[in-house]
Amino acid sequence: MADTFKNDAFVAFEHVQKSYDGVTLVVKDLNLAIAKGEFLTMLGPSGSGKTTCLMMLAGFETATSGEIKLDGRPINQVPPHKRGIGMVFQNYALFPHMTVGENLSFPLEVRGMSKSDRETKVKHALDMVQMYSFINRRPAQLSGGQQQRIALARALVFDPSLVLMDEPLGALDKQLREHMQFEIKHLHERLGITVVYVTHDQGEALTMSDRVAVFNDGRIQQLAPPADLYERPENSFVAQFIGENNKLLGTIEGLNGDKALVRLATGELIDATAVNAKEKGGKTLVSIRPERVEFKPEMMPPGAHMIDAEVQEIIYMGDILRVVLRVAGSDGFVMKMRNTLGQTRLSQGQKIKVGWHPQDARALDPM
Amino acid sequence: MTEAATELLTTADGRPLKEALATAQSRAKRRAFLLVLPLLVFVLLTFLVPIGYMLKRSVEHDGFSRSSPTLTQWFKENPEFDHMNPPEQAYAALVTDLAEMQATKNTGMAGTRINYTVPGSISLFKKGAREAAAMQPPFKGAMLALDPAWGAPELWYAMESASSELTTDFYKVAADRKLTETGWERGDDKQRIYLYLFFKTFVVSAIITVICLLLAFPVAHLLAILPMAKSSLLMILVLLPFWTSLLVRTTAWIALLQEQGIVNDALVGLGILADDNRLTMMYNMTGTIVAMTHVLLPFMILPLYSVMKVIPPSYARAARSLGATSWTTFRRVYLPQTLPGIAAGSLLVFILAVGYYITPALVGGADGQLISNLISFHMTKSNWSMAAALAAMLLAAILALYWIYDQLIGVDRLKLG
Ligand SMILES: Nc1ncnc2c1ncn2[C@@H]1O[C@H](COP(=O)(O)OP(=O)(O)OP(=O)(O)O)[C@@H](O)[C@H]1O
Ligand SMILES: [Mg+2]
Repeated sequence: MADTFKNDAFVAFEHVQKSYDGVTLVVKDLNLAIAKGEFLTMLGPSGSGKTTCLMMLAGFETATSGEIKLDGRPINQVPPHKRGIGMVFQNYALFPHMTVGENLSFPLEVRGMSKSDRETKVKHALDMVQMYSFINRRPAQLSGGQQQRIALARALVFDPSLVLMDEPLGALDKQLREHMQFEIKHLHERLGITVVYVTHDQGEALTMSDRVAVFNDGRIQQLAPPADLYERPENSFVAQFIGENNKLLGTIEGLNGDKALVRLATGELIDATAVNAKEKGGKTLVSIRPERVEFKPEMMPPGAHMIDAEVQEIIYMGDILRVVLRVAGSDGFVMKMRNTLGQTRLSQGQKIKVGWHPQDARALDPM
Repeated sequence: MTEAATELLTTADGRPLKEALATAQSRAKRRAFLLVLPLLVFVLLTFLVPIGYMLKRSVEHDGFSRSSPTLTQWFKENPEFDHMNPPEQAYAALVTDLAEMQATKNTGMAGTRINYTVPGSISLFKKGAREAAAMQPPFKGAMLALDPAWGAPELWYAMESASSELTTDFYKVAADRKLTETGWERGDDKQRIYLYLFFKTFVVSAIITVICLLLAFPVAHLLAILPMAKSSLLMILVLLPFWTSLLVRTTAWIALLQEQGIVNDALVGLGILADDNRLTMMYNMTGTIVAMTHVLLPFMILPLYSVMKVIPPSYARAARSLGATSWTTFRRVYLPQTLPGIAAGSLLVFILAVGYYITPALVGGADGQLISNLISFHMTKSNWSMAAALAAMLLAAILALYWIYDQLIGVDRLKLG
């Protein structure tokens, strides 16, 4: 199954490794298959090797070992200008000495396109990002968001089937960023191009992507659609990195299929779903999303273990109330309460019992 | 809305806003001016005043007018006299002045002044002054008998011109004009040494600038892209010439390039050259160009480097990803962005080269001398006015170049670091 998928993958990394200094591996055994028309995001903390992967794909860095294939052909030996990959840079990299029109015309000129064809294509690309009226401006005369659009138009003007974007929205303010996320996503759907997108903003990754590859330490920690990533993290790193997460350290008392019985540090027993908790007696980190924690007995699923908690802090956030609890001897356990009319009001220092569905408690590796 | 905008705005205490702003800013401006005042005075005293003095010297010389009051007076009263055949009164005045000069020992000064425009006048004046006291009228006959050169029209033109303190004679000489029987004329081609030297200086400076640019460009690029540790080391190598005495460097070039020098020895040793056919690379134009290129190279590298350092590598990457070959990327994307550095470096090197003096003096030989060496020659001979006129012409040429440069590229695009 995996192999057939790989064979018709549009972009494929096969056992790719990369080292800059010959001492440490920045990318360790990367395997990744990207389908045609897919929007794939590389997400990860700073220094995890995302840009390096993108640069290897674009041809600006060579893979130390392994193979990168584009449309079935190995491209390790193909120089960057022959790969036909569109690219959007974090600082936009618009040529400052050329006007917007000349910037867009550049990739067409080097392909030897006639003047009239060039003009039509440039106009079309600028219309696509609603920037045609800026055709005679220089990049320095544009705002950050406008430069961003021009950079996008320039990466698309020569009809590449693959477009790479390295934190293209990193320099924009929140509102503009959200707007541009929507526009990029829209263009992707309309043009049917394949996009490899790099970001360290998880919100961006979740809202835009078909699939997200979470990078850490030169490896893909999990490759999954956004919902899976959030709801079914496969290891503690992903659980921690994506969204808010409560973690409880414990020991595995019993394993039964995918059900695990975990004894917490203070002796309580809880039910959890075994994800990558390997053996009885081993340490595990149980991960529970704050919005899945309940404190009213009537909401609790049957058979769920209840556990003592003490309210440490209540933070009013408008739509919700964030309740910080002390659970099983550790501080900072978060629970989210909807701010409804009939909601029970808790107070600081109050002793309550909390619980959750065993499916929502995922027993992961102890990190 | 538009009405409100044109209405005069006032501050809270009722003063017009513009006036309040001006007072507030004038205080800051005064303070800023006081801060730069010491520098201003320094520049004035060490730069503007000397240049002004130099310009003054180039149009002023009282060597003749001061020691020849009688003749000066006569020239003033007879502006229309016949230079071909000056009258007896003129000779009488001349003899009176010459006798006075002999007594006050001013002959040399007057003779030197006339010598600028009519060579050979110093000895003529000395001889005339010695005999003047004993001379009897008619003076015209007596002077002509003493030396027929006293009747030469160019001498009378020269004396007439020198009788005024202010003069453009030095500029005329510096522009290779000559006094002849009928007044100032263009010298014949073989004698146009000054203009030829100006021309040569500019050509050589241009050659040096181009060589510097070609050599500096890759080095500056390397400096800009290498990691910090390596680029610092390279930078030290680039700056090394600055820390070595100019004389040491020049001597090193002499040791390398002279006929019995290392390069020739090596070429002969390798059998590329015959021993009796050694290359002459020192004490000629080649020596001047090689040594000056070496001396001026850092002035090209540094402005280029400062521009290249801030060009993000993503521009080149963007161009490559858009389908440009590395050559197209260089030509269309990288090179245009280094233009301010190229312009700054070239202007700097060119202007420095035009005025360079020590290196051509040491390694140039007879063939490798430039205009500044001639200026220095006149200075050592105490021909201050001549040196000043040449220097002023050099200054004018450089200012003209600067102006052309401003028109073509724009001074605001200059980036020196
Ligand atoms: N040109 C280079 N030479 C040497 N090491 C490099 C180079 N580029 C990156 N690295 C190292 O490789 C590692 C991965 O870098 P990379 O730029 O791929 O990270 P990233 O995931 O893109 O991070 P960020 O989110 O900060 O952009 C880092 O530890 C970095 O120091
Ligand atoms: Mg990066």
